[in-house]
Amino acid sequence: MSRSSNNSNTDSLALVLKALIRHRLFIPIAFLVFLLLINVFINPGFLRITLGRDSGGNPVLIGNLINILSNATELVILAIGMTLVTASSRGQDISVGATVAIAGGVIMRILCGNETQPTVLHAPIILALLLGCLAGMACGAFNGILVSKFKIQPMVATLILFTAGRSIGSMAMGGLKPKAAAAFGYYGNFIPGFPVPTPILITIAVVAVTFLVLKKTNLGLYTKAVGINDKSSSLNGLNPALIKFLTFVILGLCVGIAGFVQSSRVQTVNPYTIVPGIEMDVILAVALGGNSLGGGRFNMAGSIIGGYTIQTLTSMLTTLNVNTNAVPVFKAAIIIILVVIQSPIVKSFFGNKVTISKPTVGDGKERG
Amino acid sequence: MSLLNNAPGTGSIGVLQNKLKRKESLTDTAFLLTITISLFIAIYALSIVFLGDKGFSKIQMFFNLFNENAALIVIACGLSIVMVTGSIDISVGGSTALICTSCIVCLNNYGFNFFSSLILALAIGLAFGAVQGFLIAYLEIQPFIVTLAGMFLGRGLVALIEVNQIQVNNPGFEMLSGARILIPFLGDINRKGVFIQSKLEYGVIVALIIVCLMFWLLRKSSLGRSFYAVGGNPQSALMLGINVKRTKFYAHLLCGLLAGIGGFLYLFHTRSGSVQQATGLEMDAIAASIIGGTLLTGGVGNIFGTLFGVLTSGTVLLIVTAIGSQDPWWPQITRAAMLCFFIVLQSIICSRKKI
Repeated sequence: MSRSSNNSNTDSLALVLKALIRHRLFIPIAFLVFLLLINVFINPGFLRITLGRDSGGNPVLIGNLINILSNATELVILAIGMTLVTASSRGQDISVGATVAIAGGVIMRILCGNETQPTVLHAPIILALLLGCLAGMACGAFNGILVSKFKIQPMVATLILFTAGRSIGSMAMGGLKPKAAAAFGYYGNFIPGFPVPTPILITIAVVAVTFLVLKKTNLGLYTKAVGINDKSSSLNGLNPALIKFLTFVILGLCVGIAGFVQSSRVQTVNPYTIVPGIEMDVILAVALGGNSLGGGRFNMAGSIIGGYTIQTLTSMLTTLNVNTNAVPVFKAAIIIILVVIQSPIVKSFFGNKVTISKPTVGDGKERG
Repeated sequence: MSLLNNAPGTGSIGVLQNKLKRKESLTDTAFLLTITISLFIAIYALSIVFLGDKGFSKIQMFFNLFNENAALIVIACGLSIVMVTGSIDISVGGSTALICTSCIVCLNNYGFNFFSSLILALAIGLAFGAVQGFLIAYLEIQPFIVTLAGMFLGRGLVALIEVNQIQVNNPGFEMLSGARILIPFLGDINRKGVFIQSKLEYGVIVALIIVCLMFWLLRKSSLGRSFYAVGGNPQSALMLGINVKRTKFYAHLLCGLLAGIGGFLYLFHTRSGSVQQATGLEMDAIAASIIGGTLLTGGVGNIFGTLFGVLTSGTVLLIVTAIGSQDPWWPQITRAAMLCFFIVLQSIICSRKKI
């Protein structure tokens, strides 16, 4: 009697465990927990958060976790846009780092004009934010037109801005390296008197708006439909070109916000070194979130958790005194492992019945 | 950009398209090759006429175009081959930087000579090509993701080996890389009225030999023909009995080998290495292939077109520098604009053909 109940207990436990492993968010969360455990092992005080005071005497929260949450802002915001682009166009935008440089350059030019050390801001910050977002959206629209109208592979189309973007950013700033007045720094650091870093609040706001849009509008559904098969989605009355274009513009908006936060952190922008290698991080975050890089269904929560995971990895490597330029080695290795695991060939080689019997979805390409 | 729009080469497209209608035998490849060659000649002729005083009238300027771009020619050949197969490789810049730095470290500290460093360069190139080719061909992972990872891996490894910029400090290697070929009977007269013979680097000879070899490979060998078949339509290539996966793998392996040779030529020319070296080289190589008439969709391309693509983009960059803008951002923006122009042109040509 007791033996059989024991058996059923282990069976149900195994079932729960299996369901847990199959869950879409399992990989990103498991990886995040794994990284956090390693961090705690390296530094037992890793999870401690204290309330300190900054140089101005204002209360601020201090701690590794707070730093990770705050530093991941750009990555998470870009990952949101990239998830949509990946889902709809079956490719990635590799120009995000360069277009952040453009948005940052535009914002600095508007705030500082032609001075290098202005004591006051030349324009209201909201105007700079709006124009920065507009610049980002213009870049997104450029990429979007190339992809949707001219049917160019997304990564080739975005290679253009990947090359030119940082130079355009430098041109937007007129070749100067201005430093904006301290009031601009509130958005990348702390608002005096409020202990939570502003970037965390911005992330929460952006994530909330994203989920609201996905819940209240058909954007998510249409994006999935176009990504899974754009022929059949167009037969169902959708306009695949428009949806693809829209996702690129949304990514452009995310780029604008990310550029705003990033340029506010130190109130200055060096277009050639701003957010180095972030395109890789963002693609990695999307892949880690359980999204197929081949488009179709997407998992926004996974991408966001993926973004925080990557930031944890970056900060861990920095703690271990790995040279900043060498960090991509580890990320490149991880992304290769991830795509190898995702690849259908490997899945069917190691996989069980479930992965084999899963219906394969046509990519909507004409086969001659 | 405005320069390109005004060039007669682009105006000749309409004429060529009429020609295409009259004479059906002009294939895709020949059509795009004619555009490229006439574009190069037109741009170079225009720059001699209008910018002759900035050095374009000198014969050495023409040879310098080759001297500066020898490595790029070889790397672009490799890219043309993978693009003909319908794939792509953006890791070549990263592997070039890795080759330069690791060869310099070995030359300076571990007693490597010219030949052992050449073997090291080829080994690195082949390793990149083999791993990426395996992942792309046999595991069917998107080439862009794999080679993007390869690009960051290459640059990251450079930083693990050596963070600072380093120079070659090896007399034997420096002597070889300093050697020049004097061209008989050709040269320029300098301000003092002395005749100076034109000089060509040995790397250019290597590059031109490789161009001819690759041209032969793509035209005449069965491997080369199967590259075209796989790029044109993998399904029908499979039905023809071609091993599609192995062909793709070989294309990437060959691209890796050429990236190894190109990386070594790059080192041979610059004699220095750093993390930021050869940034955007992959872009230049892709742009050169596209300008040379290689279609991104695969199946169409010509190595001589690629050669002229490199020369055309090299000339445009020389013009941008010669016009004398002090702003550092113009070369990069011009490159991207050129790439954009040709990608869009290709897309339009392709969509018209389908109708």
